[in-house]
Amino acid sequence: MEEAGENHPALPANGGSDAAGEAAPAPAVSPATEEPHSETKRKIDVLLKAVGDTPIMKTKKWTIERTRTVQGLMDFIKKYLKLEASEQMFIYVNQSFAPSPDQEVGVLYECFGSDGKLVLHYCKSQAWG
Amino acid sequence: MTDDKDVLRDVWSGRIPTCFTLYQDELTEREAEPYYLLLPRVSYLTLVTDKVKKHFQKVMRTEDISEIWFEFEGIPLKWHYPIGLLFDLHASNTSLPWSITVHFKNFPFKDLLHCQSKDVIEAHFMSSVKEADALKHKSQVINEMQKKDHKQLWMGLQNDKFDQFWAINRKLMEYSPEEGGFRYIPFRIYQATSERPFVQKLFRPVANDGKPHTLDDLVKEVCPAAIPPEGGEKKYQVMIHGIEPLLETPLQWLSEHFSYPDNFLHIAIIPQPTD
Repeated sequence: MEEAGENHPALPANGGSDAAGEAAPAPAVSPATEEPHSETKRKIDVLLKAVGDTPIMKTKKWTIERTRTVQGLMDFIKKYLKLEASEQMFIYVNQSFAPSPDQEVGVLYECFGSDGKLVLHYCKSQAWG
Repeated sequence: MTDDKDVLRDVWSGRIPTCFTLYQDELTEREAEPYYLLLPRVSYLTLVTDKVKKHFQKVMRTEDISEIWFEFEGIPLKWHYPIGLLFDLHASNTSLPWSITVHFKNFPFKDLLHCQSKDVIEAHFMSSVKEADALKHKSQVINEMQKKDHKQLWMGLQNDKFDQFWAINRKLMEYSPEEGGFRYIPFRIYQATSERPFVQKLFRPVANDGKPHTLDDLVKEVCPAAIPPEGGEKKYQVMIHGIEPLLETPLQWLSEHFSYPDNFLHIAIIPQPTD
């Protein structure tokens, strides 16, 4: 991928234990390094944008494992923004629909990614119908 | 065609005879009789089981009841999958009635999403419809609809009103003749044996050479092992709505007639029974 050299952090793996789980994984954020080819394919680039009065993330662009679920991503964002685990978090694709929490981000990337990345909007309250 | 309209009605009215039994370790004050129900294939478990819940709660103490969930042969049943898909994926080729175990304790939150109210089901359903239309029409049709149209789709499903639902849903099934179909076919392919929840990809209804794509083309692309080799033994069944559609069926036709109300084709690939 053309962005392999760019220095944006990767969300660490968490063993796929986040199916539809409430138990938030404990990701320690680590900056991405040059990754071997297979590793690059295993992961995708995601751009996270805040909606409304939801706090923005200092780092917007992340490398994420394809098999990570939407729930896993929500848990990570909450942790990053130091929100309570019990707080609500909505994630939207195309600023239109909220994928179900057990959906894999890799699938969303395949179907709704463009220019080599998946753009997701996140919000503390329901933003789109 | 009138014949094809009948298909829509047949798919809508598919029912699965089901026997609900309370899990043996649940505490009751009296014996809990099993509860029988015809489950609509196109609906969701938590949307059509109010009576089941009431039936078992009658013999239980309030403090022994927390969120209800359902299980079949040790598999927690995902309420956010349509009932027909759950049956095709986990219970095809088992005897009827479908025997579902009811739990009120130890909610398996790693496997299941919480479903505290009907609003949660509605939000999930509408999101799926929107996702499907993003694939079919770049969201143009769903965005042009009014809030009340969205509501009518949901109410049609919730109250099992075919005409009410299809009066709106037919707009989601339209496409311009020169395109020969939707932009992409909204589908999900599930395998009981797979670690992944399902496969979903961009797949067009028409091939580059102008020929319509068939179910065979889709399965070959997504799950080639499910297609029996030339002259070889058939090892898998490709199920939608409890039947194995002919693999040469055009995908566009399937999408228009065999999609669940959420506008997705939910396809289960399961091992062929041996005897």
